[in-house]
Amino acid sequence: MTGEPRPEIVFGSTAGGGGAAGAIHDHDNPVAGVFDDVEAIPGSKKPDPILIADHVTKTFGGLTAVDVEHLEIQRGAITALIGPNGAGKTTFFNLLTGFDKPNTGHVVLDGSSIDGVPPHKLANKGMVRTFQLTKALSRMTVIDNMKLGAVNQTGEHFWRALLPVWKRQEEEVEARGDKLLDRFNLTHMRDEFAGTMSGGQRKLVEMARALMTDPKLVMLDEPMAGVNPALTQSLLGHVKGLRAEGRTVIFVEHDMDVVHDISDWVVVMAEGQIIAEGTPDDIAANPDVIDAYLGSSHDADFESWDDGPAPVELPTDSTDAAPNDAASTDAASPDDEGSA
Amino acid sequence: MDWGFILERTFSTLFGVEVMVFALAAVGLNVHFGYTGLLNFGQVGFMAAGAYGLGVTIHYFEWNFMIGVVFGVVYSLILAAILGLPTLRLRGDYLAIVTIAASESIRLFVRWRKMKEFTGASEGLGEFADPFYETALNPFDVGVRYDFGPFSYLGRDLWVLTVGWIILILTVLFVKRLMSSPWGRALKAIREDEDAARALGKNAYWFKLQSLMLGGVIGGMAGMLQVIQKGSIQADTFNPVITFTIWAILILGGPGRTWSPVIGSMIYWTLIAFLETTLRQLPEGTSNTLEDTIKLSDFNISQVRFIMVGVGLILLARYRPQGIFGSREEMALDDR
Amino acid sequence: MYSGRTILKGLLALVTAALTLLGVASPTQAQDSGPVIFGSLDYEDTELEEDVPVVGVVITVSGADGFEATSATDDAGEFSVEVPGDGAYIVELDASTLPEGVSLRNADNNPLETEVNDGRDRRVLFPLTLGEGGGDDEGGSFSGRRVAQLTAEGLKQGLYLAMAAIGLSLIFGTTGLVNFAHAELVTWGMLTTYFFNFYGLAGVIGFLAPLPPPFGGGVNLVPAAVLGMACGGLLGWLINRTMFRPARRAGVSLIAQMVMTIGLSILLRYFMLYIFRGGPRSFGDFAAQRAKSIGPIELTTKDMVAMGLSIVILVGVGLYLQLTRMGKAMRAVSDNRELAESTGIDVERVISQVWIWGAALAALSGVFFGLDQVKWDFGFRILLLVFAAVVLGGLGSAYGALLGSIIVGLVINLSTLFIDAEVKNMVALIILAVALMVRPQGLLGRAERIG
Repeated sequence: MTGEPRPEIVFGSTAGGGGAAGAIHDHDNPVAGVFDDVEAIPGSKKPDPILIADHVTKTFGGLTAVDVEHLEIQRGAITALIGPNGAGKTTFFNLLTGFDKPNTGHVVLDGSSIDGVPPHKLANKGMVRTFQLTKALSRMTVIDNMKLGAVNQTGEHFWRALLPVWKRQEEEVEARGDKLLDRFNLTHMRDEFAGTMSGGQRKLVEMARALMTDPKLVMLDEPMAGVNPALTQSLLGHVKGLRAEGRTVIFVEHDMDVVHDISDWVVVMAEGQIIAEGTPDDIAANPDVIDAYLGSSHDADFESWDDGPAPVELPTDSTDAAPNDAASTDAASPDDEGSA
Repeated sequence: MDWGFILERTFSTLFGVEVMVFALAAVGLNVHFGYTGLLNFGQVGFMAAGAYGLGVTIHYFEWNFMIGVVFGVVYSLILAAILGLPTLRLRGDYLAIVTIAASESIRLFVRWRKMKEFTGASEGLGEFADPFYETALNPFDVGVRYDFGPFSYLGRDLWVLTVGWIILILTVLFVKRLMSSPWGRALKAIREDEDAARALGKNAYWFKLQSLMLGGVIGGMAGMLQVIQKGSIQADTFNPVITFTIWAILILGGPGRTWSPVIGSMIYWTLIAFLETTLRQLPEGTSNTLEDTIKLSDFNISQVRFIMVGVGLILLARYRPQGIFGSREEMALDDR
Repeated sequence: MYSGRTILKGLLALVTAALTLLGVASPTQAQDSGPVIFGSLDYEDTELEEDVPVVGVVITVSGADGFEATSATDDAGEFSVEVPGDGAYIVELDASTLPEGVSLRNADNNPLETEVNDGRDRRVLFPLTLGEGGGDDEGGSFSGRRVAQLTAEGLKQGLYLAMAAIGLSLIFGTTGLVNFAHAELVTWGMLTTYFFNFYGLAGVIGFLAPLPPPFGGGVNLVPAAVLGMACGGLLGWLINRTMFRPARRAGVSLIAQMVMTIGLSILLRYFMLYIFRGGPRSFGDFAAQRAKSIGPIELTTKDMVAMGLSIVILVGVGLYLQLTRMGKAMRAVSDNRELAESTGIDVERVISQVWIWGAALAALSGVFFGLDQVKWDFGFRILLLVFAAVVLGGLGSAYGALLGSIIVGLVINLSTLFIDAEVKNMVALIILAVALMVRPQGLLGRAERIG
């Protein structure tokens, strides 16, 4: 699993901040041009979809939280799922990843149905997710966090755990974990308890740990939430690194600036439905999207858009696009879907 | 006051039957709570399952002693499965509710009049432990008292203690080995955050069920050793106070540590032995003065012990959930 | 908007009035001579559908120091034996003196061991049955009358349970904490009421003895019950104030807090055993009521009054939750704590009120249960039922707790049509397991969301 050659990405430069800013259609992008012929409408067909969702709905106590008619996710690209608070993004994420069961609908991953497949089996099928509230496993060391991520471990079977049959695999796993820690600049934290790390480091560990499953599809739930601006750039660099390795990335975000910076395709949700799809530039110009965000600005929770339409005019230079304090406070709220 | 006697009693408790039995039961609870984060408030139910599995098989069916032991283990496994299957998919407090309810139901069931033929109902069972003492493996004379410095044991107890401590130490080492394997790592991950473990491909439900079964079997073994030493099984000895004492012992030693159940049990029982012998040794005059206010008697002293377990549990859970030897840092990491 | 206080005042007035009525209906026993051990013997004639007193049965009471006395039942089937004082006694019914065709329902219970405490009369029961007894044929007798009687008993138990369960559910709803010590609050109410009923405050603070009741001596059960309820509320407040509020502030995890409630439960239970001792007792008033027939159902006056009162109180609680500011706040915090906090509700105050009223209701439920028997570990014996009720109704939902309690009460009592009464409480475990498998969020609870 570890043997395949991957393009080397020099993360050191991006970690310094700002290096990759604005370079969204540069030559590094393996999917540049793929979306040229894709229609910018909700439910549009993609040339090579890795994930297809059909008629996925979920209601809570009579209120429809998610109602997605059709969605295709392009393989190898970074797709952003955005929308105001309470739009149903995280719920939709939970439905796709098996953490919650939809009332209706079908989801197909890489050609095979994953309806009703529990989350732990999805990880073995090459789909991994992270959480909005970072789930660092506090009372385990960072390297143990990493080692946990490896799938199909012989030593995870009760009886085999008693015999030394898993030692060789364990060494492999550990070596792979160390390599990833190095890539994410976390080697110095290797033997510390994960609970001692800063919020940003936890986000990094969570992402690195997810990569231990060697996923085809990485689903990140607000990877930038609550992270300080300096680290945001580093995180963005890592997300692009995933694409460079040929992995597909879907991430939830409600800060449009971040989205514009790194995504190839943007899906906008509002009130449980997909209201728009398109390239970041398409979305920035889409009046429906602006309406959706402005409409939600009356929501007391969503302070970052209270200043008026200014944030919707996506700045192309995103060095100052780190989420402000208000946005990160929002993101830290556990109830993304609101209680509308 | 005879301090020599008090100290002697206190010390001979250190490797006594209570320490051994409760340490073993706490090793099981440590697997549940310390490593997996499962809230099992009915460990005494597993002890009862083991004890009755052994006793009923031998007493009623008159089968071989070792078959009785196997049945004790099987009963504990079945109990774990019954408790786990409906609850382990749900939030942790449901397991707590179901385990405490089940352990009490087991007690009601075995002392049911109609079960008399099998379980002896409220009169209990006897005459099942003899093969254990009569085996050729037993090097001690059951009726003779053996002295080792300050420690003095009856040959009968010495044989139970020898077997019990060997089982206890082997079990601790077994659990230690498991917990340092990827299997144990997955359990710890589930303890820290179940959803994260599931997202990383771990079948949390299955791991939790395995953990419940493993800890349950260890609890069952503790129950078997306890009734073998007593020579009889009484339904009412399997009351919930036992569970709570095991909790106190585990938290005293520090959940999630290899030897903590043993250390916790030693501290708990020597403390109790010291206090009880001291209270009973109070000079006549003191006793009379106390009589007027708190009416101290043998009956009351055991209640004072349980009141202390209660106070101890509250204080430990509140101020030192990581055990009295755990580090402050580790406590700070407990951000659940 | 009704003020909570008005409703509560009204409730309290009603409780007092009804309990006074109860007092009028059955006068307290005179205690001029030594205590007696008494009882009555009758059996149910299923054809006539009425109780037939059994006359001339010999009862022998023996006790310490060679005491022995004999009595025979009179025309009403009643017997009474005067005993020298407190202590353990053995009561034996001479089965050979029973009329033809009548036998003890449970022959194991003859002779009976009983205890006389505090110089009070003690009632003993010898249930009789037509035909061969043995207690095991209960499943067979499936008469309409029996169903009606068990339904009434189930309703009674359900109503009392509900008062205990509501507090548990609301404490969980507002704080996320499962309070394993909640059943101890039921015992606490039962025992403090008993205490006020017999000794007044002087029982703890000796120098108060010369003062008038309730300081220096026992009072009637009615004011004693009100005092017991107040003690319940006080304890609830104290527990929250000294244990769980500081724990919440210090960020102690819910799991650790749950272990704290376990510690609290054992602390309270053995403290109560320490103070009250082990034997079963009964309140000084209304202990010796005979059941009255209403159609096919037999209930004592005290049961009827207590059931009526608990309905009034539960409706009152419903109105309180529905109409008052504090009641609405309780439901809001239960629903969504963060949201409630953001709308300016003082969450800590709400939690404090929930503890006070939850504990007071549990205490009152203990008083009602105590009309049958007062025992130091009563609460723990019904813990299983309370949990089954709360989980069945939906953890966190007050109305769910009510509904769940009634269902648990009815199902458990009606289950004795098919199974032994001895193991009827185990049915609660089955209810619990089925509820968790079929509908873990409970009948009135809402499914949780992840993430």
